[in-house]
Amino acid sequence: MSEPVTTLETPIHIDYQFTAGQAQSRFLKGISEGRFLGQRCPKCNKVYVPPRGSCPTDGVATTDEVELGNSGTVTTYCVVNVPFQGQSIEIPYICAQVLLDGANIAFMGLIQEIPADQVRMGLRVEAVWVDKSELRPNLSSVKYFRPSGEPDAPYESFEEYL
Amino acid sequence: MSRPVRPVAVVAFAQSKNVRREDHRNEVEMLMPVVGEVFAKVGLTKDDMGFVCSGSSDYLVGAPFSFVMALDAVGAWPPLRESHVEMDGAWALYEAWTLLQEGDLDTALVYSFGRSSPSQLHKVLSLQLDPYYVAPLWPDPVALAALQAQALIDAGVASEADFAEVAARSRRDAMANPNAQVTGDRSAEELLGDDYVVAPLRRHTLPPISDGCAAIILAAGNRARDLCDRPAWITGIDHRIETHQLGARDLTVSPSTTKAAEVAGVASGSGGSPRVELAELHAPFASQEIILRRALHLGDAVAVNPSGGALAANALMVAGLTRIGEAAQRIMDGSANSALAHATSGPCLQQNLVCALHANPGGEA
Repeated sequence: MSEPVTTLETPIHIDYQFTAGQAQSRFLKGISEGRFLGQRCPKCNKVYVPPRGSCPTDGVATTDEVELGNSGTVTTYCVVNVPFQGQSIEIPYICAQVLLDGANIAFMGLIQEIPADQVRMGLRVEAVWVDKSELRPNLSSVKYFRPSGEPDAPYESFEEYL
Repeated sequence: MSRPVRPVAVVAFAQSKNVRREDHRNEVEMLMPVVGEVFAKVGLTKDDMGFVCSGSSDYLVGAPFSFVMALDAVGAWPPLRESHVEMDGAWALYEAWTLLQEGDLDTALVYSFGRSSPSQLHKVLSLQLDPYYVAPLWPDPVALAALQAQALIDAGVASEADFAEVAARSRRDAMANPNAQVTGDRSAEELLGDDYVVAPLRRHTLPPISDGCAAIILAAGNRARDLCDRPAWITGIDHRIETHQLGARDLTVSPSTTKAAEVAGVASGSGGSPRVELAELHAPFASQEIILRRALHLGDAVAVNPSGGALAANALMVAGLTRIGEAAQRIMDGSANSALAHATSGPCLQQNLVCALHANPGGEA
């Protein structure tokens, strides 16, 4: 009796062409200019970043573009201690949700220039961009966020976004 | 359950244009105007919907949970009672119809979106095949349909000229459909001058590669009568599936379609031909329309695919729901009293859904 076949390799590779759409194209263009561009819902007035073209609450098109500042508040975060292949940042590092000033949805970013054990909810941060010549329409244009030196934001100012 | 215990009807239908490549809008941006239009037709909003169900496939855009993001086109607050099928929207409609049968809910939004353009479609469609012995060979969907078409010719059922007739008629009919992608007034003789893509299928026997979306609102009983002057009542709906093993099937026939029509209660007239005025058949390849006509015993009096069918517009995951929408639309606008809609999925008509529609909730009065 020969050994039964237990594994069958069938490699699959498919290429896709991604369509960002109108709203995300505006956002990504903004990123390539070093700016955060969000969109406001005409019904509930919430500002989404990155925008996807609609308000997920109301299901209506977000038409007004809103330029957001470079600063925000850490609403929540995690400390990454797990090494993995291709890791480009030294562990431990911080992955955080940052509520950009003027936005109504938190934005994912790295927090650097502060020891991991000092990061906290409410920490005020600012975006650090790559050099102007390296700006591209993707999120690696935002190197990370770092403490801005402002006093911490009160919990009530971001409790809705947790 | 395939016959209604409670009358449920299509009360509104909307669809986008079918285009070769929708490269300026994402799925949400594509869907929003169509969902907005279908709501506007009955003066309702998402807050009036008892249920929301969608059909789409993540493989087409290569994005996991793309259907969750697409829900942004509807708006999901306060929380919706919502579901999704990784199938053509016709199956999402079946789920919504079944839920409305339970009697607790009166309305449902059904939508589907399909972008066939972002991927290497021939490879994506190969992934629906048996993963051990067939998919690794990457059989092209056109090649599989060609096997079926050749079997039809070998069985003496149809010829290449018959396929060309189907294509010529579909394109001509599609000239009246503003959402169609392939239209034109070329005779079957002219079309037979096309090159083969995979013999015996020439260019005109293939569906276009389309991006598009569609939406339908279902309503039950008096709610349907309030929302629409002539609701298109679903008098029966059923779907059946055949084995995935292509070699185990007789590809020249479609017993699953016959069975679904029978269980859906498609009324038979003289000679077994169903008593419907028109049929919207989801036949992506011209040769498949011939198989479906035979499976449904459609006589010459039945108008087939007045919209142009999938040969004119074939957004994947959408073309089946569109058949139901197109058939229902003709009842709602008064141009027909009875219709049959069909949707298919899988290679060579593997899965088939039949939906019987009538201007009277009891069917033939």
